[in-house]
Amino acid sequence: MKKLILMAFITLVSSSLIAAVGTSVKLQDANIDIQDQQSRQKGMKTFVNYCLGCHSAQYQRYERAAEDLGMPVDLVLEHLVFSDQKVGEHMTNAMRSNQAAKWFGAPPPDLTNSVNLRGSDWVYSYLLSFYADSDRPYGVNNTVFENVGMPNVLSKLQGIQERVCQTTPNEDEHNNEPSDVISCQLKVKADTGVMTPVEFEETVRDLTNFMVYMSNPNAAASKRIGIYTILFLLLLTTLFYFLYKEYWRDIK
Amino acid sequence: MAGNPDRSKAETGIMRWIDDRFPLTQMWEDHMSKYYVPKNFNVWYLFGVLSLFILVNQLLTGIWLTMSYEPTAEGAFASIEYIMRDVEMGWIIRYMHSTGASAFFAVIYLHMFRGLMYGSYKKPRELIWLFGMCIYLVLMAEGFFGYLLPWGNMSYWGAQVIVSLFSAIPLIGEDLAQWIRGDYLISGITLNRFFSLHVIALPIVLLGLVVLHLIALHETGSNNPDGVEIKNHKDVNGVPLDGVPMHPYFVVKDLVGIGVFLIVFCLIIFFFPEMGGYFIEKPNYEPANPLKTPEHIAPVWYYTPFYAMLRACTFNFWGMIDAKFFGVIVMAGSIAILFVLPWLDRSPVRSMRYKGVLSRIGLASFVVCFITLGILGAIPTTEERTLLAQIATGIYFLFFILMPFYTRIEATKTPPERITIT
Repeated sequence: MKKLILMAFITLVSSSLIAAVGTSVKLQDANIDIQDQQSRQKGMKTFVNYCLGCHSAQYQRYERAAEDLGMPVDLVLEHLVFSDQKVGEHMTNAMRSNQAAKWFGAPPPDLTNSVNLRGSDWVYSYLLSFYADSDRPYGVNNTVFENVGMPNVLSKLQGIQERVCQTTPNEDEHNNEPSDVISCQLKVKADTGVMTPVEFEETVRDLTNFMVYMSNPNAAASKRIGIYTILFLLLLTTLFYFLYKEYWRDIK
Repeated sequence: MAGNPDRSKAETGIMRWIDDRFPLTQMWEDHMSKYYVPKNFNVWYLFGVLSLFILVNQLLTGIWLTMSYEPTAEGAFASIEYIMRDVEMGWIIRYMHSTGASAFFAVIYLHMFRGLMYGSYKKPRELIWLFGMCIYLVLMAEGFFGYLLPWGNMSYWGAQVIVSLFSAIPLIGEDLAQWIRGDYLISGITLNRFFSLHVIALPIVLLGLVVLHLIALHETGSNNPDGVEIKNHKDVNGVPLDGVPMHPYFVVKDLVGIGVFLIVFCLIIFFFPEMGGYFIEKPNYEPANPLKTPEHIAPVWYYTPFYAMLRACTFNFWGMIDAKFFGVIVMAGSIAILFVLPWLDRSPVRSMRYKGVLSRIGLASFVVCFITLGILGAIPTTEERTLLAQIATGIYFLFFILMPFYTRIEATKTPPERITIT
């Protein structure tokens, strides 16, 4: 009972403290299916076409991705390796970081570990959250990453997204200083992109799925080996337990 | 024949040949087959053997990691990615090492709590406790040096914060911090020396201390949940009545514990190796960047109680010592005071089972405060949290400072003559 009370107290203190820490931007659920190899393959295609020009994935090898995502190596070499790189090499580009820093304010970060760093929901939401803003050098801003230096490279697919804000008067009578409530939404201008919003979300989901793969290429192997290891250990521990019971039978 | 005739020796064969030249049979009997262990050990007595088990895990995985790791500012981060992605089974080896570090501390904390609960530090086991405290201290240094090696951004800033603590020492502080870093800020030079200390110097010291800890333990024999000496009651052959030989009885018992531990350990390695950012922190997926401070710098969970004490010192101590230096003193003091524990406890009994209510309240509030500090040290501060940390720090110290009084005045129960089995 004493232990229970103690544990309850500790849980109470810890949970109330942890609940107080939170993020400020509301993220959309990426809702990816890590089993879906096709989604990851499509994601890789989007990645090499739209991201790799500026960002590298300097720890990810083309060949490893081909093997892990179930693609024939020669097809990958033909369709997904654009430079004169070999298929066993890392996914890098020719952009020099000092030049890139001049163009974008900061060199584009390497993307191999971006999901580990920020989470898949962040990456997914970020890519969907560009909107037209004429004050920014590349004409776009982002609600997830304010004043980001990156242009919206997917705008050809998505179209032009705008931030539409509505002001509604605050109807709360008890509020001494009535203030207007501003609510903003992102809306794509009709017929500006080649994809419908649903198609575009699917494309970004696939891209995020590929980046989830890159962040931890061992995830599938880890689950597979993990299950066998745990089963083996359960068996072994059971044997140990009976061995222990047998030896201790006559100790009183 | 050669050798000491008083020693136990095998009759014939290769063992006899060895025994005449090296006391192998004698050592086996002294430490295993005729080393008597109280038979009332409960689950708390598993954490000693588990820490030994994890030590071996850390040494072996460490050797293999060192084969592929590159201790330079330019190559360290990339070499970790190389281990994780290109080295065959490299990711398992690394997760075993990173999870092993956390497991080591978890197990050591439980082991120390066991010692506190059953009075294992009391006469005649003071030296076991002191060697153990030295192990804990070296382990903290070992963990700290190892944490810089992946050269992630949190590694870098964590090291920056901790080394800068030395600069709070008056007069010599700045020079001392610079001497430790070997540079004006944490750099490749610091990384090289931390690597050297992590893989050579401290492991040697650690192994030496573990041997001393065990020699001292096997000299006095183990304490037990009742806190009574099994050596006081022996049979005609001089075998303690309440003891059973380490081998095979406790070897087979410990195997069950190791099995259960491995199941938990492997669940973490294969399914939650980052433990939601508590074992491997998110900012560490970015290479060290002296120009980019992580939003919220916190040490790994096993240092957070002490980090919380450091941050709790927000005021200048009587206007004489500045707050940061006072924090360093409090932090160092919180560990130093553990060293004198055997001489603070004046109770006539060892085990919490027979101590009085004051000791029980003391230990319970100590545990609550230590965990509270651990949580507070991991999250950003606010005014209320700082106050809570100050109160918890106060109680942490009061537990020790008041111990000579409350252990003497409280009413204790009389322990049984021989151990009880529940």
